Amino acid sequence: MSKTKTTKTGSAQVPHENGRTRPALRFDRAAAYAPAPEASDIVTIKARQGHFIDGEFVESAEGNSFETINPATEEVLGEVAKGSAEDVDRAVKAARKAYEKVWSKLPAAERGKYLFRISRILQERAREFAVLESLDGGKPIRESRDVDVPLAAAHFFYYAGWADKLDFAFGGRTTAPIGVAGQIIPWNFPLLMAAWKLAPALATGNTCVLKPAETTPLTALLLAEVLQQADLPPGVVNIVTGFGDTGAALASHKGIDKVAFTGSTEVGKRIQRTAKARHLTLELGGKAANIVFADCALDQAVEGIVNGIYFNQGHVCCAGSRLLVEESVHDRLIQKLEDRIQTLIVGDPLDKNTDIGAINSKSQLATIQRYLQAGVEDGCEIHQSRRTLPKKGFWCAPTYFTGVAQSSRIAQEEIFGPVLAVMTFRTPEEAIEKANNTMYGLSAGIWTDKGSKIFKMLSQMRAGVVWANTFNKFDPASPFGGYKESGYGREGGAHGLAAYLEVK
Amino acid sequence: MRHQRLVETPVDQINVEERAARFTKRSIKTTSKVEGLLLAVSMCDLTTLEGKDTEGKVRQMCQKARNPLGADLAASHPGVTVAAVCVYPNLVEVAKRSLKGSQVKVAAVATGFPSGQYPLEVRLDDVRQTVELGADEIDMVINRGALLEGDIKTVFDEIVQVKEACGEAHLKVILETGEIGSYDTVRRASFVAMEAGADFIKTSTGKVQPAATMPVALVMLEAIRDFYYATGKRIGMKPAGGIRTSKEALHYLVMLSETLGDDWMTPDLFRFGASALVNDLQMQLAKQATGRYQSGDYFSLD
Amino acid sequence: MPRLAIPKTYKMLIGGALVRSESGRAIEMSGGNVCRSSRKDVRDAVKSARAAWPGWQARTAYNRGQIVYRLAEMLEARSGEFAELLGEGGGAEVAASVDLLVHYAGWADKYQQCLGTVNPVAMPYFNFSFPEPMGVVGATANRGLNGLLEALVPAITGGNTVVVLADDGSAIVASEFSEVVATSDVPGGVVNILTGLQSETLPHLAKHMDVNALVLTDEPQRQSVLEEATENLKRLVVSAPGRSSLEQIRLLQETKTVWHPVGV
Repeated sequence: MSKTKTTKTGSAQVPHENGRTRPALRFDRAAAYAPAPEASDIVTIKARQGHFIDGEFVESAEGNSFETINPATEEVLGEVAKGSAEDVDRAVKAARKAYEKVWSKLPAAERGKYLFRISRILQERAREFAVLESLDGGKPIRESRDVDVPLAAAHFFYYAGWADKLDFAFGGRTTAPIGVAGQIIPWNFPLLMAAWKLAPALATGNTCVLKPAETTPLTALLLAEVLQQADLPPGVVNIVTGFGDTGAALASHKGIDKVAFTGSTEVGKRIQRTAKARHLTLELGGKAANIVFADCALDQAVEGIVNGIYFNQGHVCCAGSRLLVEESVHDRLIQKLEDRIQTLIVGDPLDKNTDIGAINSKSQLATIQRYLQAGVEDGCEIHQSRRTLPKKGFWCAPTYFTGVAQSSRIAQEEIFGPVLAVMTFRTPEEAIEKANNTMYGLSAGIWTDKGSKIFKMLSQMRAGVVWANTFNKFDPASPFGGYKESGYGREGGAHGLAAYLEVK
Repeated sequence: MRHQRLVETPVDQINVEERAARFTKRSIKTTSKVEGLLLAVSMCDLTTLEGKDTEGKVRQMCQKARNPLGADLAASHPGVTVAAVCVYPNLVEVAKRSLKGSQVKVAAVATGFPSGQYPLEVRLDDVRQTVELGADEIDMVINRGALLEGDIKTVFDEIVQVKEACGEAHLKVILETGEIGSYDTVRRASFVAMEAGADFIKTSTGKVQPAATMPVALVMLEAIRDFYYATGKRIGMKPAGGIRTSKEALHYLVMLSETLGDDWMTPDLFRFGASALVNDLQMQLAKQATGRYQSGDYFSLD
Repeated sequence: MPRLAIPKTYKMLIGGALVRSESGRAIEMSGGNVCRSSRKDVRDAVKSARAAWPGWQARTAYNRGQIVYRLAEMLEARSGEFAELLGEGGGAEVAASVDLLVHYAGWADKYQQCLGTVNPVAMPYFNFSFPEPMGVVGATANRGLNGLLEALVPAITGGNTVVVLADDGSAIVASEFSEVVATSDVPGGVVNILTGLQSETLPHLAKHMDVNALVLTDEPQRQSVLEEATENLKRLVVSAPGRSSLEQIRLLQETKTVWHPVGV
């Protein structure tokens, strides 16, 4: 196991295990840049926003609403309608009507043109979406600007082109739209997940009722404005904001033909048990193994590890949260990782230099802290970046644990935060065994310079996405989804169409 | 090679290019920007390596080297000079004379620069004579032919002999990364140079395209880091050729700082080999001081 | 004095062996007694299927195709016997069953090319997706020989191993077909066939945490297992009329997507 201790600030030498000192790098001044905030005045948030039903913004039937806050400052950004069963019912009816009267009668190419329009408007208003996403969810502006928003636009653009080509997508098998889709999305990629859900559903001729997460409803509502700008017929997309009970009402509504859910495995199971719809796709939790062999491009692997676990504060279902390192390279790798996390900038999500933003909510922070505690209690060695965290808001320093046993809770359960569990292996067989020893199967990583080893490993890993010599890459053309309890169905690519079609 | 395992650690092209691009996303503003620009000025090896170089040209350049900021800026940032001037051996004496009394070093290219395609004895003589003429630093080129033939030993032995010929002068070893193919080779060549006694490793002669690029420099910085961890020796880095703007220079400094940390943020361990860069740094500093975007007409060209 | 006939006692197929129910129970049917499988038989069958799966999925697709084709040969050789057993229209049903096996035998090394894709991502990466078997598939069979084959052939063609609960009324046909499987080249454990009462055994199959997917005959059956099958998120496939053979195979496949940088 590692003898690496967190290096002491200011000292260029650290004690070696045999009493000698060994060289150490100092990063006390590195990555300490003057503030470079993105201007937020591009965004105007209405004090109170309603659901988007049948093409209009409407209050909830009971007139209830709830606040959404900026997790970096704990300031209230605005109020949104709190969806009830009645609101959901209204939205489902609007979707049904739009499906029967308008959307199913529209020529496929015309459906596609609406989606192309939506994609282009998203590109035009990209900065607005990026800023709002960072304000509401706490993610760094660099990520919302460079990842979330462009990918969301790309997703609409990709599926737009499929609308009139569905006959070619299934090689001889016939297809038909399913009807009304109820879609429930999480708070980690609010706009992007909305795009992942809406674009393929609309391209294949379905209408939708979308329920964004309670902590991040704002970009979905801004997207509703885009849908209006694009003249999408009323009722084709309806958005109902609210909490878990709103989602439950939607998932179990008898007027829904298809349920698509992204979120925790626990809630996914509840949805499968209560859904009236026969069509279901679930994209759930994960505990991805990121396997690093001694023969890999080590410095690049460190980047992959960092991107794998600290991207979006680790609020990523496919995060590389279990690092499996070949024993012979463990110490070298940990030294590099230790150096690397010192240059990760944690702070204001709107600062263009921020690498790690705010934890999405107070309750999520509490969950992460419980796991940090559990890791320490299990006897794992905790390592954290030495940067000071902002006082207000919800924050967690980038963290990794060494000396983690497979049986430890931090190695088994999804933490959904910037916390990495480092374990070692000796042979490829052991690596596979440990990688697959989980109820999840969403993603996995392999780092080696040897081509045949990549293919051997990837063929044995029970995971829906395998990143070889990379991690956390996403593209609309690339199918994404899990094995085992990480859910089923694929989003993205031609495979993503099947989730919204009756295929014979 | 003593650190065979480190040498053979592969480099992944796409990942290293993605990482290098990430540094360019850092937004360097206000105080950080001024600090970075001044540091960049102090790290410049102000260079002229032309067949048409004359004593006059070099004297003018040395004047710029002593006072790279111009009178207005120098008032608020006194004592800033570039790190060195870099010239052909024939002009070392002129440079030496022109810089007398300043802290600016004189670097000279030697070993049959830029191709190095001369008998070893000729190259070694080149070094000895240049040192005798007063050069503080020698920028040598490696034997790329031998490297590409896989004859690592020859490359290594030659550097050892050049180092010996340098005596007290500091040795910068130019890998000419634009000629040696992959990042893996850049890493291997970096280790050969460091193990053979280089004080600095340097990307390019400036005579071959591509010259310095961020990913190539990153691969070299990472090699320096691994070498440091293995030996405790701090090797310097000099990207050269193609760095013309302040923005690029700041990107390099971000990369340096986040890769090798605080100890490398000094002209003792990092240099820019450049001719036009100083003027752009000067203009950006003036922009920071005055809030106006600047015109080349107001800055001396030497 | 006429010779006393030797009536056949029927067995089930578990782990490549023809066995009676561990419970020692049988159901009387016209034509003989059939095994009434138990919770523990389900357990044993799943265990065999799990053990057989790594080897089965690792075989070449060509080899799996040959093995499915061999089943067709073996069935064809006993077609008279099965026709008689199936009664009216039996001849046509056996012929259809043999043809179904031949059809799927041909799929074994082709569906991958229909379901796999190379994905044009907007980055310097090579990205491809391909189908992989889900693992252990549990299935309830419909009536007759065809019903049985439709429950198991798409699964094994696609590299899964299978535990089939035979239709209650077709137990003898299922037992006879077990012999076909046992005497063909199908490795032990790849196909397991249990007879008895589906209503008795299906809940155990639905509950079993090492079963990856269930193929069910109708929607009420899906509703009946939903609560338990959700515990490990089994993939639930309900038979639908008119579904193509390729889609039958696909519904028992996962999709794996792989990314790799393209560089030097």
